[in-house]
Amino acid sequence: MIFFIGSFGLFLIGLLIMMTQKNVFKILLGLSIAETGVHLFLITIGYIKGGLAPIIFDLNPTQMLNTKFVDPVPQALILTSIVIGVAVLGLGLAFIVNLVKHYKTEDITKIKELKW
Amino acid sequence: MKKFIGLILVIILGFFLYKGAVTLSQQTRNPGLNNYYNQNAVSDTGVANIVTSIVLTYRGFDTLGEVTVLFLAALGVGVLAFFKKNKKIKESSFIIKTGYKILFPAILLYGIYIFVHGHLTPGGGFQGGAIIASAFLLQLIIGEYKMSSAWAALFEGFSGLVFILLGGAGLLWLGTFLGNKGLLPLGTVKMLFSAGIIPIIYVFIGIKVGFEMTGILNNLNKE
Repeated sequence: MIFFIGSFGLFLIGLLIMMTQKNVFKILLGLSIAETGVHLFLITIGYIKGGLAPIIFDLNPTQMLNTKFVDPVPQALILTSIVIGVAVLGLGLAFIVNLVKHYKTEDITKIKELKW
Repeated sequence: MKKFIGLILVIILGFFLYKGAVTLSQQTRNPGLNNYYNQNAVSDTGVANIVTSIVLTYRGFDTLGEVTVLFLAALGVGVLAFFKKNKKIKESSFIIKTGYKILFPAILLYGIYIFVHGHLTPGGGFQGGAIIASAFLLQLIIGEYKMSSAWAALFEGFSGLVFILLGGAGLLWLGTFLGNKGLLPLGTVKMLFSAGIIPIIYVFIGIKVGFEMTGILNNLNKE
């Protein structure tokens, strides 16, 4: 239960940062924090009470059939998701550097060329 | 005004998420597909680390998508980089310049250990590649970056090509992408040379991710 509240709290903090900050760099950091919250939530769903980490530590594999492991599928999916988060962060930073160089300001309320 | 509206929306969303959390924590999980993966991963693939067997054998196609996304991000950063001439770097202190000579091979060795033993201990190609990139980041901070971008791009492209060829070999031989059963003997569990071609795949993924992240950092540094 505490993990659910923690992961949702991280997601909401990231969402709040993305909605209210004016500095372009801080908005990108808010996206990264929200992604961390989502990853934590997905791993918490895969928990089974009394389960161990899904790695075989005994040299006799038939004895491993009786132990309970936690769900390994969300962990594999989150590996992929973390790597994609890093890729998005890197590309976003390249965009931000070019944006600041062009408009000479970091304030997103002053970048107004896209009119409705 | 905007901050007030944002706060109200987040509080409303937080209330609904809290009710969802209460409902989720009261349910018990029915064991489903993960039972099959937990019990048959060793006999199907011979890996001791079940998460590795899922990433590279059972869901190998998603790994292809991940490798593609990383490649596209590195490509985008390389296109968008804005090279400044005559960038002045502040002279680093004496401690970091001496410590770097001991730390750099140690960090590289740690990263290589993690992706070589990806099928036995937690870790794998992507994590080991990120650690290798952090060793090169130490070089960049000091100002003694010595790897030329042409060689890094060549290693990265070559490793990516080998990964795709290994996956295609699995496709031709067995009918599944990155299939594992027929190509190399499975061996005994927990030995270094076991589990078919999975360690070889992870070695190439580790090299590729390491040089890719190094290229991204180098391009971002030059702006």
